[in-house]
Amino acid sequence: MDILSLFLIVPAITILLLVFTRSLSQARLVALLGSIVQFAMSMNLVFAYIKERAINDSIMLFTRDLVWFEPFNIHYSIGADGITVTMIVLTSIVVMAGVFISWKINDLPKEFFISLIVLATGVYGFFISLDLFTMFVFFELAVIPMYLLIGIWGSGKREFSAMKLTLMLMAASAVLLVGILGIYFNSDTGGNGFTFNILELAAANIPAEAQKIFFPLTFIGFAVIGALFPFHTWSPDGHASAPTAVSMLHAGVLMKLGGYGVFRVALYVLPEGAIEWSWIFIILSAFGVIYGAFAAVRQTDLKYINAYSSVSHLGLVLFALLMFNKTAWNGAIIQSLSHGFMTALFFALIGMIYERTHTRDVRKMGGLLKVIPMISATYVIAGLASLGLPGFSGFVAEMNIFVGAFEHENTYYRIATVISVSAIVVTAVYILRVVGMMLMGPVKEEAYLQIPGVSWYERIGILLLLLPIIGIGVAPLWLSDLIYKSLHPFIQGVL
Amino acid sequence: MTWSNFLIMRHEVVLLLIIMAILIAEIALPSKKKASIIHLGIFLFGIHTIIGFLPLEENQLFGGMFHTNGLIHLVKNILNIGVLILLLQSADWIQSRLIAEQKASEFFILLFASLIGMYFMISSGDFLMFYLGLELSTLPVAALAAYEVTKRTSSEAGIKLILSSALASGISLFGISMIYASSGSIYFAELVDLINSNHLLLMGIILFFSGLAFKISLVPFHFWTADVYEGAPISIASYLSVISKGSAVFILTILLFTVLKSLIEVWENVVYVLAVATMFIGNLFALRQQNMKRFLAFSSIAQAGFILLGIISGTSMGLATVVYFILIYIFSNLAAFGVVQAISNQTGKENMSDYEGLYRTNPNLSLVMMLALFSLAGIPPVAGFFGKFFLFTAAASKGFYWLVFLAVVNVTISLYYYLLVIRAMFLRKSDNPIPFFQSKLYMRLGLVITVAGIAVLGIYSPVFDYIYELSINLMN
Repeated sequence: MDILSLFLIVPAITILLLVFTRSLSQARLVALLGSIVQFAMSMNLVFAYIKERAINDSIMLFTRDLVWFEPFNIHYSIGADGITVTMIVLTSIVVMAGVFISWKINDLPKEFFISLIVLATGVYGFFISLDLFTMFVFFELAVIPMYLLIGIWGSGKREFSAMKLTLMLMAASAVLLVGILGIYFNSDTGGNGFTFNILELAAANIPAEAQKIFFPLTFIGFAVIGALFPFHTWSPDGHASAPTAVSMLHAGVLMKLGGYGVFRVALYVLPEGAIEWSWIFIILSAFGVIYGAFAAVRQTDLKYINAYSSVSHLGLVLFALLMFNKTAWNGAIIQSLSHGFMTALFFALIGMIYERTHTRDVRKMGGLLKVIPMISATYVIAGLASLGLPGFSGFVAEMNIFVGAFEHENTYYRIATVISVSAIVVTAVYILRVVGMMLMGPVKEEAYLQIPGVSWYERIGILLLLLPIIGIGVAPLWLSDLIYKSLHPFIQGVL
Repeated sequence: MTWSNFLIMRHEVVLLLIIMAILIAEIALPSKKKASIIHLGIFLFGIHTIIGFLPLEENQLFGGMFHTNGLIHLVKNILNIGVLILLLQSADWIQSRLIAEQKASEFFILLFASLIGMYFMISSGDFLMFYLGLELSTLPVAALAAYEVTKRTSSEAGIKLILSSALASGISLFGISMIYASSGSIYFAELVDLINSNHLLLMGIILFFSGLAFKISLVPFHFWTADVYEGAPISIASYLSVISKGSAVFILTILLFTVLKSLIEVWENVVYVLAVATMFIGNLFALRQQNMKRFLAFSSIAQAGFILLGIISGTSMGLATVVYFILIYIFSNLAAFGVVQAISNQTGKENMSDYEGLYRTNPNLSLVMMLALFSLAGIPPVAGFFGKFFLFTAAASKGFYWLVFLAVVNVTISLYYYLLVIRAMFLRKSDNPIPFFQSKLYMRLGLVITVAGIAVLGIYSPVFDYIYELSINLMN
């Protein structure tokens, strides 16, 4: 069995075992074991990848290709490059942290963990797919559990949010489907028949007219899940209603499918279409960066603040991808990772705070640093990482993005870059505002003095997410090395 | 011609024998033991389904009026499986309602008679046989729709079905006469060369098309659907929505792809308009339905619209996707109808609001329903996704990207109302949920088969490969 297919088989086995569990303690134990195995596999994958990369020059490693539907030339085709590997590591860590954070889930625990792992399976499958059809299957597989996860275990307007999220993402995938079919039926340029394989498609040189028609469809299809303005509205509502672990997966992992898909499919397969259309999407993503940041300033609900901050940060990912520049792309990937860990950590902390104070309104809280120091201190660290302080992952990512983006000679790109850079200042405003109102100052309510400290499973969850943030910030070269080499074929394809 | 030639009518002959066996059993069994007719009927039909899979040679009979080939054979088998599942799901209803009224055996006889009509319809080699098959398949169903005579809605459904189907087949027959008048033949094989774009012929084709469109319940021939489904017994509603629709779609596709192949430029436009209208009307009307039977009625109208995307391509790939979708659709829709029937038998409740909190009391039924709805909505990894994706691929292969776009818009709309049912079952909590109950053995067997089909048919690709191969053979 190859090393990548295991990322589908292990979750499948976990789900199968979960079906037979009878109580919360059994269910969480199985889910935890499953996620630990996934994490171990992802670590193993990193080392195996580095070892293999030294001797193998192909674009994708660990490939495997099985014919699935022969009449359509659909294959089960998988492979990984450095970017895939980093995304898989991100997923496995966030999933494991998510299981820890959901340690006390009471209502239908078995179903909760099954949905969670189905989501993770979809995400793994999406990252490793080299075949557009398979990729699309996993894309939808990752989205649909969100409906149940938010709808059953959520709070507030959960039915509305779940429906909105599902329909918007499914509408996006419907648009994407047209794009994929368009790519497929224009891929027969070499006389070898139609293909869904991404590498073959990139080599096929799809006619420019077709690229111009199908690039926007493909781009928007993916970018909606990457929270491109103005299609981001599913995300804040979804976050606000979702239970903690689901928010973590939603922001930490699910939204990464957008940037990854844009990079892997829209830009790589349809480069000419991308150049033709990039101007409008640069405006949208740059506007999203600014808009998300300003929207976050005005919010009072902690979850909405971080949801809009996600819109802003992920807008930056799409922005960087549209810069067609190696440094910026490197930054985009690191930003994806950094945002994944950071936002997952934010939502985990928000969940813990909410459990203790029973409110998410920043105006009602105060002086939490005195009562829950560990959570509060971590919140400050995550906040500093989010606003791009050197030493944390956010700095490395944003530095790369803006340096890369500014390398453009073109005034249009430079102006857009300047505009998005200014969002950093606004980010500082909303982060520090929350820190000031919620954590500093006198303790606002008597009841807060009695709130319990951090339990062991919460501690582990926090550490799992905090370590990578600091790790990336302190030693970014190691990661850049992994990503940078994998950017070569894409750069050659696009430029 | 020798007697052995009749063996290619094996499906029809065996089913006729079964009808006779049930007739004899009805006379021979003492009235206390009438209940065993159910077991007999299901058992014999099960045997028939298995025999159906034995290989069959390609041949024709009666000077070309009746013919068969690999794909037709396969479709008959698919219909058999569908009817078998349907019988399993109806066993409880027959047991509790029909045995006492002494009409269990008639149920089987009428149902099988209608199925024989469908066999003849899809095996027909000329318009005469086709028309006979069409009538034979419709008339018994009208009787069955009115089967619960004491219920006003059921009688109403029967009358509505018989009147509107009589009108539709009359129009169809008128169309056939025009086709004959302008071309001089009613044999499909001869018509292939005689077809031209003569106006009388085109008129005939359109009128003929309307008759079939009625059976498939394409917009604007769909008005009977919701009322009949709501009034008729659930078994008959599901029969109408899967078996009857499936066979009509198949013969329509075959006729368009072979006999009317040279007129593709003409019927392409008709199919385009009908597809858009059917998808939108079906989906938009489904949004507001509360009764599960009406809900599934509109959903099945919309599904017919999606099938037209496979038909519009006119290629062997399109034919394969249509047959594949029919196969998947039979399993998905029967699963949904099966759950509705199980709940209706047990509690008499048929409204969506009655399903609130169902997962917490009846998790298995809810899961079956969820799988069925996901399959109808086209969510991977269940079979419906593959069926729909391939239909869209077939349409896109001819460059109908706008049509595909409208179709995916409709997929999103349909997802909304399918999620409404899932919302009721999983998300809502009810003070007065349907209490836990254990379905009867036959019902459980029927549901298990559908679930297995939904789970396997998509991922297991040899199924599609096989259908594709047969389609290529047929088109050449």
